[in-house]
Amino acid sequence: MDAIILQILNGLDKGSAYALIALGLTLIFGTLGVVNFAHGALFMIGAFCAVTLSKLLNASYTTIDESRTDFLGNPLKVEQPYVIDWFGPEVGAAIIDWSVPLAILFAIPVMILIGVIMERGLIKHFYNRPHADQILVTFGLAIVLQEIIKFYFGANPIPTPAPDAFTGSFDFGQVIGFDANQIIYPYWRLVYFAFAAVIIGAVFAFLQFTTFGMVVRAGMADRETVQLLGINIDRRFTIMFGLAAAVAGLAGVMYVPINPPNYHMGMDFLVLSFVVVVVGGMGSLPGAVAAGFLLGILESFASMGAVIDLLPGINQIIIYLVAIIILLTRPRGLMGRKGVMEE
Amino acid sequence: MLGLNSKDFRLLLLVAALALLAPFILNPFPADSAMAQFNAGYPDLMQRFVIFGVFAIGFNILFGLTGYLSFGHAAFLGVGSYSAVWMFKLLSMNVIPAILLAVITAGLFALLIGYISLRRSGIYFAILTLAFAQMSYALAYSVLTPVTGGETGLQLALDDPRVLGAAQSAQGNIPVPGLFGLEMRDAAQLNLGDWVFTFSAGYYFSAVVMLIAFYLSIRIFRSPFGMMLRAVKSNQQRLNYTGLNARPYTLAAFVISGMYAGLAGGLMAAMDPLAGAERMFWTASGEVVLMAILGGVGTLIGPVLGAGLIKYMENIISKINADILHSWFAFLPDGLEDFIVSIMYPFIGKGWHLTLGIIFMAVVIFLPGGLVEGGQRIARLFRRRKSGEAAKDDDAKQSTVAE
Repeated sequence: MDAIILQILNGLDKGSAYALIALGLTLIFGTLGVVNFAHGALFMIGAFCAVTLSKLLNASYTTIDESRTDFLGNPLKVEQPYVIDWFGPEVGAAIIDWSVPLAILFAIPVMILIGVIMERGLIKHFYNRPHADQILVTFGLAIVLQEIIKFYFGANPIPTPAPDAFTGSFDFGQVIGFDANQIIYPYWRLVYFAFAAVIIGAVFAFLQFTTFGMVVRAGMADRETVQLLGINIDRRFTIMFGLAAAVAGLAGVMYVPINPPNYHMGMDFLVLSFVVVVVGGMGSLPGAVAAGFLLGILESFASMGAVIDLLPGINQIIIYLVAIIILLTRPRGLMGRKGVMEE
Repeated sequence: MLGLNSKDFRLLLLVAALALLAPFILNPFPADSAMAQFNAGYPDLMQRFVIFGVFAIGFNILFGLTGYLSFGHAAFLGVGSYSAVWMFKLLSMNVIPAILLAVITAGLFALLIGYISLRRSGIYFAILTLAFAQMSYALAYSVLTPVTGGETGLQLALDDPRVLGAAQSAQGNIPVPGLFGLEMRDAAQLNLGDWVFTFSAGYYFSAVVMLIAFYLSIRIFRSPFGMMLRAVKSNQQRLNYTGLNARPYTLAAFVISGMYAGLAGGLMAAMDPLAGAERMFWTASGEVVLMAILGGVGTLIGPVLGAGLIKYMENIISKINADILHSWFAFLPDGLEDFIVSIMYPFIGKGWHLTLGIIFMAVVIFLPGGLVEGGQRIARLFRRRKSGEAAKDDDAKQSTVAE
């Protein structure tokens, strides 16, 4: 029992990342009808927003502290971050410590801007071209983006820690009545899951309860009619593209403490996120979220020792296997609408 | 000639001439000169040109003719490599049976995957092939280690139970793949003044195989079968309405294209008898897509050009570092030199992928027909200047030539 709960928890954080990326992917597909292979790159850029902010906040100058000496007896050189000078030692240290959550504020405008530029500058010209062309051009864009990141940040993963308050692990088992130390779970992963839930909730609420969202949903259902009603649906779809980019970017920002980001993390996630979208149903938002969590949890179940003993190698292929079965037996995915991209 | 019309035959002759004279053409600079690093005429790279040419020709038969975009083609290449190495281990060091087995296993594997994947089309087909390739990659790395060698890859050993031929050579080394006594790594050198040309047995063997593959692909393009595949690309629904089932045709194209990939994998193993799972990774599949698109999808010669261009960049451009750049621009004033070098630096050397990505995007956006279309446009420009009005007819002709 405890093992099962632990696997469900383990699946949640990966599932959250899949769900967030897949949500953005399917949002773009549902609104603009574009298959965006550069979405993983947006996730990766989000992660590097966090890295950049953390580096900026840690920008420091060197002072010589005469009162202390190093082991050779020379005066000790102390790195003094500017932030501490400006905000005082306590607030400054807290700001540096909380750089990853702060990066959310930094990443939202950056990602929306990148998304809008991408849509207006490139994707716009590909609405009427075949899906294969869209896949190819965004694939090329993904290569360009990741090479730019590689040029500035290098090829190695850059560790960026979570705030100290979240570094420990949480004894989840005790809360629900197990012995201590049976089900322990890092705090940050819980935070990630909660964060993902909030973002997903916010996107759905935005689409469901605002006039803007209503128009967008109407446009997804029948673009032409909405245009005939005199609504500039293109501009709204552009904003939705920016929003989808921001969702992917935020997923990346918060993922940084779980896995140090490197330039190809986006591609690694993209392939799986596409599988998630297809399993959930092209263009279906609830489908993408459900399939994201489902596949995340399935993946962690498949890596349990008992399962691997039974079916060796299953942990490596489970997601693809599920995708193949779903695609062949239920072409529109778990929650896809009938007739949308069925062929 | 050979069942080709004169235009295709001329193309085949041109490719044959280029392939056979490649050691000269690719080595235009004297061996000691500063430009020698642009020489691509060394056996290892020339072999890669033709082997990836075969791979891209095969991919083009599927994507160029039927429009089905496979994102998992490297799986067949990997399977081909593994079967060829197993043939070396178990049967003999002759490359012919190894390559035959590589083609056959890749074909069977493609039949299985194609039978399932071709139930869907468009993006779903791309995802299905990608999923199968990633599964093969993951399995080759983990569970199938006894067959594939896992992380270290599959290599020859000194105690291979080879049925025909010795387990060890006379010197106690692992024997080298060969063709009836001609070892694949044999090479002859020709010194002409400052120039050094290398003629490698392995290269010429691969080049001949590539020419045969190229010839077959021309025949496929010009056959009624190729016409059928093009019909699938242009409008599958209409094809269904006329009472034709497209699936057998697309499946045949998929299997043929898988066999080409297996052939490329077998050749790779014949040049260097080892095989690793990374050959099946999805980036390898992406690379062949890049090659075909860059060169010109659906054209005969395009994929080969694309393969050559990418492999040239990967091996030559990637070696230029900042020092070499500085030495090129040393004649400029210091400030200007540093400025130019710092602008160029991100695009060359380790950053060659960036250049590739930009070229690729530009091709997809502006030149959907790839380099071949670019060449045709330039040619047309010149012709129009020459003959003015008569060019219009020519245009119509030109656009059908490359098909």
